[in-house]
Amino acid sequence: MTGPTDDTPDDAYEPPAGGPALIPGPRAAGDDLDPPGVLPSAPPSHAVLKSLLGAWALAACSAEETQAVEDHLTECAPCAEEALRLRDAVGLLHPEESLDLKPLLRSRVLEDCLGKRPARIPVPVWANPYDTETARLDALLRDFGESEWDTPVRLKWFEEDRRRSHRTTVAGVIGHLLTVDGLVATALGLDDPLGPQAPSGGPTGRTEHYWKSAGSPATRKVREPWREQGHTLVRTVSFAGRGVAELDVDYGAFALPLGDAFLERAFECWVHAWDIAEAVDYPYEPPSGPHMHRMIDLAARLLPGALAGRRRSGLAAPARGLVAAGAPGRTLHLEIEGAGGGGWDIALDSPAAKPSREHTVAEVALDGLEFCQLAAGHISPEEAAVGQTGDREAIRDVLFAAASLSRL
Amino acid sequence: MAKDVPPRWDRRMQQRLARGEAAALGELYDRFASLVHSLAHRVLGDEKAADRITREVFGYIWENPDAYDPKQGSMRSWVARITQGQAVARLRQAELGRGSREELEQKVRSANAAARADYIVTSMPAPLRAALELAYFKRRDYRQAAADLQISEDEARRRLRLGLQLLSTANVLPREDTAPPGYGPRGYGTTR
Repeated sequence: MTGPTDDTPDDAYEPPAGGPALIPGPRAAGDDLDPPGVLPSAPPSHAVLKSLLGAWALAACSAEETQAVEDHLTECAPCAEEALRLRDAVGLLHPEESLDLKPLLRSRVLEDCLGKRPARIPVPVWANPYDTETARLDALLRDFGESEWDTPVRLKWFEEDRRRSHRTTVAGVIGHLLTVDGLVATALGLDDPLGPQAPSGGPTGRTEHYWKSAGSPATRKVREPWREQGHTLVRTVSFAGRGVAELDVDYGAFALPLGDAFLERAFECWVHAWDIAEAVDYPYEPPSGPHMHRMIDLAARLLPGALAGRRRSGLAAPARGLVAAGAPGRTLHLEIEGAGGGGWDIALDSPAAKPSREHTVAEVALDGLEFCQLAAGHISPEEAAVGQTGDREAIRDVLFAAASLSRL
Repeated sequence: MAKDVPPRWDRRMQQRLARGEAAALGELYDRFASLVHSLAHRVLGDEKAADRITREVFGYIWENPDAYDPKQGSMRSWVARITQGQAVARLRQAELGRGSREELEQKVRSANAAARADYIVTSMPAPLRAALELAYFKRRDYRQAAADLQISEDEARRRLRLGLQLLSTANVLPREDTAPPGYGPRGYGTTR
């Protein structure tokens, strides 16, 4: 429905004399539909010319209109005054610099502030990684246009020692995070984002329910409720008493104390932010060393339980003898290198056994990022670049147990 | 100016900050950090300096949440005003002795106008902003813009004109006793 109202090719357009160089020339109209006839052959009225001043200042009208406006400006002082003002205003238009805020700036600013005036109601330390990771992901999403929100993302994980994957979109991933964070919300007595008819069950069942019941695919509209819920979670645990960290969060097949659930959600948030960043080809940094350390620590603490579960399903070698609860048992030493690294002793025979230096049968060393990729199901145990000595079966079992921590 | 956040949010945020709630500080940062950082960057043209202003501005707000007066305008405008004041003060400091007094004043004037313009653009109603973006950055003429936005050509012309009129207020030089447009009364929102 648009098109030039005259036959003058746009190439013939001359910018108004003295106009700021910033004003781009109008580009050739790319359509061939009937001109709507805004300007009849009779000279346009003052009202029409006045209404064109903005378009004129932006060089966004036809050559004929430009001429008509400029003729008018020589005889109409109020319009001439406004034209000048609007043209100067065009000089103030500036492309928004997509300066990415450095993710670390947030932590620094908050630390700075809290150093000047300590919080009377602090965020619990175990909720800090979640607070930081959700803010980081949100900053990544901030400048996404529709096409980015629709970008396909392949979620990967390990199930029964096989690679699994599911294709969704950026918006679908945020919906997944919203849905699973909802487990923590309901544990705190907050509203379930899936509503009162939410299916019981863990992260996978809930996510599948969400993807199915959403009817149409998720859109960017999912960002707001996800973000809002994240803020509410952090605010709620700030006000809760000390004991809240021990509150159980029900994941269906297992439960985690709230403090660990926040760490788990922080880890998931980072991993999926990474998936998203990869899909849209943006860089994305790992979490800060101290936060990554807490996430790795959680995984290390979950390993004996995961091993025992795999043993029950016949996926791991049987325990080498019974160990009384609290007694030292066979141990694998996990040495994580790089930022967030450290050493962890993993009890091999039972989650109740005490890890022990004397009973160490194997040592495994790998990079922190590599370990996180393994625990996220992004790489397989065979692919992980691992330095190892000692009992190979124990090492294999632990690496597979690490991969089994991943899920949709 | 668009009010994308209800005033209730502003008042509530102020109360939470006053109460010393660290979670509120995080939310404040998430809402305004990009505004603060980009305004500071527009004035100072330097990322490190913008980082520093960002720290100072949030530090000031966290320590002085009561300095915000919801009757004078939105928290967003208050934050923008503090940022601009702080960044321009830093610009003066950095430029001192580098040229004549007039050159310095000229620099300050254009930095102020650029910062106000950015603020106006980010705060103007989304339909006006969308029209300006099409016409200026995508070089669409107003007929094409009308088609893109599925509005009449009259409406496209109206939006372009109105958008520029709003923007042009950034160029108005504030007199000593009046406020620059867009932010609220003068003297309000300065950090000292």
